[in-house]
Amino acid sequence: MEANSLGYLAAGIGAALTVIGAGLGIGKLAAAAMEASGRQPEVAGQVRTSMLIAAALIEGATFFALAICIILATK
Amino acid sequence: MFSGPLDTASATIQGADTLQSAAMTVEHGGKSDNLFTGLLHHIYDSHEIEVPFIGQVHLPQFEPVNIVGLHVDLSPTKHLVFLWIAAVFLIAVAVIAARSNRRQRFPRGLGNLVEIFIVFIRDDIVLPNMGPGGVKYMPYLLTTFFFILIMNLAGLVPYGSTATGNVSVTGGLALIAFIMIQISAIRAQGLVSYLKHLTGGVHWLLWPIMIPIEILGLFTKPFALMIRLFANMMGGHIVIVSLFGLIFIFQSWFIAPIPVLFVLGINLLELFVAFLQAYIFTMLTSLFMGLGMEAAHGGEDDFEHGH
Repeated sequence: MEANSLGYLAAGIGAALTVIGAGLGIGKLAAAAMEASGRQPEVAGQVRTSMLIAAALIEGATFFALAICIILATK
Repeated sequence: MFSGPLDTASATIQGADTLQSAAMTVEHGGKSDNLFTGLLHHIYDSHEIEVPFIGQVHLPQFEPVNIVGLHVDLSPTKHLVFLWIAAVFLIAVAVIAARSNRRQRFPRGLGNLVEIFIVFIRDDIVLPNMGPGGVKYMPYLLTTFFFILIMNLAGLVPYGSTATGNVSVTGGLALIAFIMIQISAIRAQGLVSYLKHLTGGVHWLLWPIMIPIEILGLFTKPFALMIRLFANMMGGHIVIVSLFGLIFIFQSWFIAPIPVLFVLGINLLELFVAFLQAYIFTMLTSLFMGLGMEAAHGGEDDFEHGH
């Protein structure tokens, strides 16, 4: 197992773990947003706005890790 | 190490790999060691631009200039040219929209469209986060929003490339955001109070520990802005390019429509992400500016007056 293939393997595993973390986080976020919209449909618009903002912040952290994986895969 | 069916499988994969890299070498003039890196040159910065009907235009390359001891390479690259194109386009749209809005009794046409965005930014981003005193920073925030939006969208048209997919471009935007955040905080609080907030209200013996940490904390927020925008834009394009690579892997005309449908779906998602990332950058910048302005009032009044 040379260093190159270990790098590719690490990039793949890293990307998979990153997506697991992001999926779990945004899934919980969306569940809370759905529940809030169901309880109080008048605030559904504000809930949706806050949900999008929080999702973008979580994805920001995801993309830190993804950028590292891409650097691993292409170098 | 491996033998039997695994050996033949790996040999087949290696054969396919050589076939792909041979195809890639023919296609792109010998610039690949595997399929992925051979396609990625569509996304990276380069010294050539593809212009329709003319082919590849090679951009002029200057010698590195010596500025203050650093060797700076000032030759234009693809992303820089698209940054200039987006800037010229933004200035043209803004001037035309402002002129048409000034001349008529109610906005119509391009002026109406631009005014929708401006009112949205003023009512949903600037006023809740920064209060009435934030309207004087609106030119900067509007420029940020429209500039990032136009650069993001330019990457989705044919022959276009995303200037925000370059970390230097987003770094420059984040640097200006950092400067504006400090300027708004200093203007609202005064320089002495701003420096006092840097100490965090601890005993003066702890200042040597507190101040470096606070200064570092000042830099993390724009850094996150930079990485978020860059990685969102670049990640979307890498997915599109990889899906097109599927066509090269299968090497068949019948499978080709399926990756094209995937790419269509991802392009629609990219369109949404372009708008969302411009909105998020602007909203976070105004939020950080508003935090600095709120600290001047002691933080007791909430700018949100409810709808």
